[in-house]
Amino acid sequence: MGWQWFHRLGSPRWFYEKSSAWIPWLAVLSIALLLWGSVWGLAFAPADFKQGNSYRIIYIHVPAAFLSLAGYYVMAISGAIGLIWKMKLADMVMKSAAVIGAVLTFVSLVTGAVWGKPTWGTWWVWDARITSMLVLFFLYLGVIALQEAYQHQDTANKASAILSLVGMVNIPIIYKSVDWWYTLHQPATIKFTSESTIHPSMLYPLLVMVIAFYLFYALALLLRTRSEILYRERKTRWVQELAEAGRGSR
Amino acid sequence: MLQFESLSELWNMAGHGPYVWACYLITAIAIVYLLVSPLRRRRQLFEQLRRQARIEAAGQNDARRPEF
Repeated sequence: MGWQWFHRLGSPRWFYEKSSAWIPWLAVLSIALLLWGSVWGLAFAPADFKQGNSYRIIYIHVPAAFLSLAGYYVMAISGAIGLIWKMKLADMVMKSAAVIGAVLTFVSLVTGAVWGKPTWGTWWVWDARITSMLVLFFLYLGVIALQEAYQHQDTANKASAILSLVGMVNIPIIYKSVDWWYTLHQPATIKFTSESTIHPSMLYPLLVMVIAFYLFYALALLLRTRSEILYRERKTRWVQELAEAGRGSR
Repeated sequence: MLQFESLSELWNMAGHGPYVWACYLITAIAIVYLLVSPLRRRRQLFEQLRRQARIEAAGQNDARRPEF
């Protein structure tokens, strides 16, 4: 009885219909916060006394990096759920999370490189944090590749779930890399256990951007999972009726 | 408080403009891609399903026609 919601959640159709209502809210909120945080960070936050204006890249670099890590948990955990309970929806979430995670990891790597040029004088160094993030990027690409590599969806799901679970070892390495190997990348700026090493006038727009990126991630994951649901259920009557009726509106 | 006196100052950012704006542009492209690609995929799938349904309906009409 108490597990009914869990079984329902496993039904892609139920999830598709339920989640339609969330999309406008998420879209408006995340886009508004992204714009607000960007304008704040680009034009209103004070310049850094050491780095000047180049530090403004932090407002996208750090949120993108946060989400590429958080997105890995989403991918690995839904992979595990799909593996253990054979939940179809979880497999679809895993596949969607892989693409979004790869894009966000790419963004954090590229913005980091562009930030490195005026700050460190180089686009790239084989620093521990940067290298482990590159490994994260390849793990995401690996999951995407495995999804495409098999004829049978079940085999593809199993293989990519196992890869994403094995890849979990990389996550603590990324977190700890700036402390274990004190090389070029600076340690964490935002801390939850002690005072942050950033002035509130610079911190608040960063917090807005972090929240905006989390909401955007939820939106992107939802949209991608929903299109995956439609694709995998394309032979069912409810999807065909949706295609006939909706002209793609909902 | 606004940090720049003019739009060109905001654009230049005392020499860091190209780096900062390049990053924001790349991020904007990534965000648009992540939003548009699933919507496009759904639209294409729906179009394909409608096309298939039309072909199947036409096929059924053909089958009901007498042989001679």
